[in-house]
Amino acid sequence: MRYEKPQTVADAARLLTAEKGITRVLGGGTDVLVQLKAGMVEPDLIVDIKALPGIRAIVAEAGGFRIGAAVSNAQLGEDAAVRAMWPGVVEAAGLIGSTQVQGRATMAGNLCNASPAGDAVPALVAAGAVARVAGPGAARDVPVEAIPAGPGKTTLKRGEFITSILLPARPAKSGDAYLRFIPRTEMDIAVASAAVSLTLNDHGVITAARVALGAVAPTVRLVDDAAAAIIGTKLHDDALAALAAACSAACAPIDDKRGTIEFRTEVAGVLAKRAARIAYTRAGGQA
Amino acid sequence: MAFDSHEKRVFKQVGTRPPRPDGVDKVTGRAQYGADVTAPGMLTARILRSPHAHARIVSIDTSEAEAMAGVKGVVTGRDFALPEDAGLADIAVNVMARDKALYDGHAVAAVAAVSPAIAKAALKAIKVQYEVLPHVTDVDAAMQPGAPVVLEGRALESVPAGMSVNVTHASEFGHGDLAAGFAKADRIVERSFKTAATHQGYIEPHACLASVTVDGKADLWCCTQGQFMVRTVCAALMGMEASQLRVTASEIGGGFGGKTTVFIEPVALVLARKTGRPVKITMTRDEVFRATGPTVSTSIDVKIGMTKDGRITAGEARLRYSGGAFPCGTVDMGAMAAFAAYDLEAVRTQGWNALTNRPKEAAYRAPGAPQAIYAVESVVDELCQILKLDPLDVRIRNAAKKGTKSSYGPVFDDIGLLATLEAAKAHPHYKAPLKPGQARGVSCGFWFNFGGNTCVSLNVNTDGTVGVTEGNPDIGGSRASISLMAAEELGIPYDKVRTIVADTASLGYNDVTDGSRVTFSVGLATIAAARDAKTKMCARAAKIWGIDEEAVEWKDGAAWPAGPNAGQFPPMSLAEIAAVSFQTGGPIAGHHEVNADGAGVSFGVHLCDLEVDPETGKTTILRYSVFQDAGKAVHPDYVEGQMQGGAVQGIGWALNEEYIYGRDGRMQNPGFLDYRVPVASDLPMIEAVILEIPNPGHPYGVRGVGETPIVPPLAAISNGVSRAVGVRMQELPLSPPRVLKAIKAA
Ligand SMILES: Cc1cc2nc3c(=O)[nH]c(=O)nc-3n(C[C@H](O)[C@H](O)[C@H](O)COP(=O)(O)OP(=O)(O)OC[C@H]3O[C@@H](n4cnc5c(N)ncnc54)[C@H](O)[C@@H]3O)c2cc1C
Repeated sequence: MRYEKPQTVADAARLLTAEKGITRVLGGGTDVLVQLKAGMVEPDLIVDIKALPGIRAIVAEAGGFRIGAAVSNAQLGEDAAVRAMWPGVVEAAGLIGSTQVQGRATMAGNLCNASPAGDAVPALVAAGAVARVAGPGAARDVPVEAIPAGPGKTTLKRGEFITSILLPARPAKSGDAYLRFIPRTEMDIAVASAAVSLTLNDHGVITAARVALGAVAPTVRLVDDAAAAIIGTKLHDDALAALAAACSAACAPIDDKRGTIEFRTEVAGVLAKRAARIAYTRAGGQA
Repeated sequence: MAFDSHEKRVFKQVGTRPPRPDGVDKVTGRAQYGADVTAPGMLTARILRSPHAHARIVSIDTSEAEAMAGVKGVVTGRDFALPEDAGLADIAVNVMARDKALYDGHAVAAVAAVSPAIAKAALKAIKVQYEVLPHVTDVDAAMQPGAPVVLEGRALESVPAGMSVNVTHASEFGHGDLAAGFAKADRIVERSFKTAATHQGYIEPHACLASVTVDGKADLWCCTQGQFMVRTVCAALMGMEASQLRVTASEIGGGFGGKTTVFIEPVALVLARKTGRPVKITMTRDEVFRATGPTVSTSIDVKIGMTKDGRITAGEARLRYSGGAFPCGTVDMGAMAAFAAYDLEAVRTQGWNALTNRPKEAAYRAPGAPQAIYAVESVVDELCQILKLDPLDVRIRNAAKKGTKSSYGPVFDDIGLLATLEAAKAHPHYKAPLKPGQARGVSCGFWFNFGGNTCVSLNVNTDGTVGVTEGNPDIGGSRASISLMAAEELGIPYDKVRTIVADTASLGYNDVTDGSRVTFSVGLATIAAARDAKTKMCARAAKIWGIDEEAVEWKDGAAWPAGPNAGQFPPMSLAEIAAVSFQTGGPIAGHHEVNADGAGVSFGVHLCDLEVDPETGKTTILRYSVFQDAGKAVHPDYVEGQMQGGAVQGIGWALNEEYIYGRDGRMQNPGFLDYRVPVASDLPMIEAVILEIPNPGHPYGVRGVGETPIVPPLAAISNGVSRAVGVRMQELPLSPPRVLKAIKAA
């Protein structure tokens, strides 16, 4: 197993492209190292991206924020401006692991680990975040929901990796929120999760919304029907019930040691309702 | 040794809370745990484990592994002798499978190599051919006729003919006329319950280092609750004499009963003998879950009759336990403990153990009792609900007390149950109002407690300090408590006493640290050893003063002439006598050796306030109080620690902990991510209320406290959840999917 820490994006792409065996990009390593220890993967090449220029920076861009792929969740959580604009995303990233894990774990790693239960991903999807992908060719921008392909699999091609994630600008009177269900209060993996991002008009009517669910399908689900159920409403009970029903309908979970199909399907709707209420209040709506 | 009732003792040091002697080492990372020991030339061993729940081992080909550079030795079941004693033979087979792999994770081979990486690589080079057999992991399924047979011919004589071959044990306890009792009841409730197997969840995985010399002497360092037990078992498995095997216990990162047997120690010894090099084994967490002792899994029916005014007229329980792939008598404990808290005219419990393709059960705090008492306390609670009776009043009304013929036979001596129930009732917690959606669960708990073989040496040093040598690994602050008792008895300050845990070559035999026995038994032996030393010091003073030994008495840390007739001499302190000991007959030491009885049974009462999220089924514990009789709390911090820790482990058991098996019979959750012990933020502060009703069997009145606290939480929480959701819950854990399903079905 080789370990490389390239200094430029081009070098990183070259290393990853040239290796014929198994490669792993190393961000915070909080998934990679666990997988190595458990013997789940024995890579031939590990490319540590933490020395790449700008990879650990948060930069304001076009009214939003570009988050470097190696920005730790702890660093993200300390950024007051990002927190103010995308509190749901920051909270989602902040749920990952413990204080120790927070100092290392990244949103890009969470996305590329491609667990259906990754906590940052639904919030990023609801936020309409866009990943910047570097590789052997020219850099390209990809909506985050297009990155995961299934449990443990991404749509990234050989040699490609994420250099940053853009959290876009958002209109006034907007809010987002993320909730996960875990049997405990921390250090656990989502059994079901929901993220809601929405924008209100001056009358408190929802004009735009995105709803994403985690851990209820092979990849995070962006549920248009659920968004449609609350757009044009003031989030009254009927709208919330329709939102929950649309979310449950979009679930295609598995039965496993963490939860049953029945439970996940039900609870995804409950979480979406609760997250929608929080997002609505954050957007300045009177719930 | 009886309680010192002749004098009204005012304790000077017992009952205070000085820092524990092992504290600094532990918080600075200096303490030596099992994996911290190394030796020159040491090899690392890894164990190959069965991926099948049940399989015949057709062949094992180790040749490729043996040929690898850096591999120094490979062993399989053939390298282990099979002792004649059935219990020891079971341990041997559990340590290394012979003809069959009996559960997922059962060891089938082991490799010692010059590095962990080579040992790991060599495991992959071992070729095991398995013939997969049908398996059974559920206790009820295992008891069905025609169930897959785990082991044949293991049924004890007590098992009636016609039961499944997997049934190994049967027992029955009770007295009185059940039919007449039930006839007197106004209400009878009969229900069935299930509890999942749980793991002790100690933070420190098993680890050991073994060294065997060519002339047959061996040293073993390991993390254990009993170095003498390790010596006995390993010597038998190795065909060694006890004197030739020295076992040293490391500091221990939790045991809770799970380290009262051996798993890797014989493997390390056999590999060390084969390779001629020291061999170290450290388990991974995955191995700890799959191959070390969880509790029994159970299925229990309970039937109880009660009058309108809350008198229990009869109680009956049928308990089906499985201790995994080997015969296991834990069901006897459950059958004995089930109704122990009650004074009953008619009671009967029957228990059976059935073999399943699960790891061999190991003790876990009060083994067998939490499950049985959960079932009984659930039915008592339901009767209280139906008859609109206060659950504490009903327990007070029926409480066992001094003179009660217990449900398992013996007549109780002084027991603190009534006082404990009354303390719970009088406590502000019980009167605190509940908000809508919240509920309060109540349960009693019981454990037998144990004394056992104990041996203590107490050396008086010439500078006036004292060393206590005892033989029980310190799993809960016992060195502090033992030092306190020695200091109290000798009348010297706590910090003049140092207590150490000796290896097997340095002290006589001590039973394992189990049965909540150490503060009781080792404490008792320490007090007796101190009294022995005091007698000797009085004799030295007598010699110096030229008077009779009987004319000297020990008071306030010094020898005094006993009364005016003895003569006028200034008292001699321990330090003064010790300083001149070489001139008065040589070193001074006290000893005591005993097979202690009089441990005295233990009761506890727990109150738990909780709420359940009606949309997710998730339970939040809001307030929790533990009431327990400690006899005398020698070091109250560590008594509270036991009460809180037991409650927390019980909360985990009640809410989320469970061994989850797939259809393939493999454990699905062998790690702390999916085997969910509570985290700190799941818990409120656990309030511990200590009662002190002296145990008649100990000079200071001490009663063991370590196990009882894990007994009541199962029912306390299940009763609270059942009240909160309006459905009687009958299976543990109360995981959110299970609770939500019950809410939806209601
Ligand atoms: C104790 C503990 C608790 C945890 N708790 C949670 C939790 O609560 N919720 C949760 O969602 N997760 C949890 N995790 C998992 C993990 O911390 C998260 O998935 C984290 O976000 C991963 O980020 P990382 O930077 O450490 O990723 P890494 O481990 O570095 O990488 C993860 C994967 O992504 C790939 N990768 C990383 N960066 C890039 C990139 N820039 N471009 C392309 N591929 C990349 C890697 O090759 C690897 O396949 C926990 C882990 C631990 C050890």
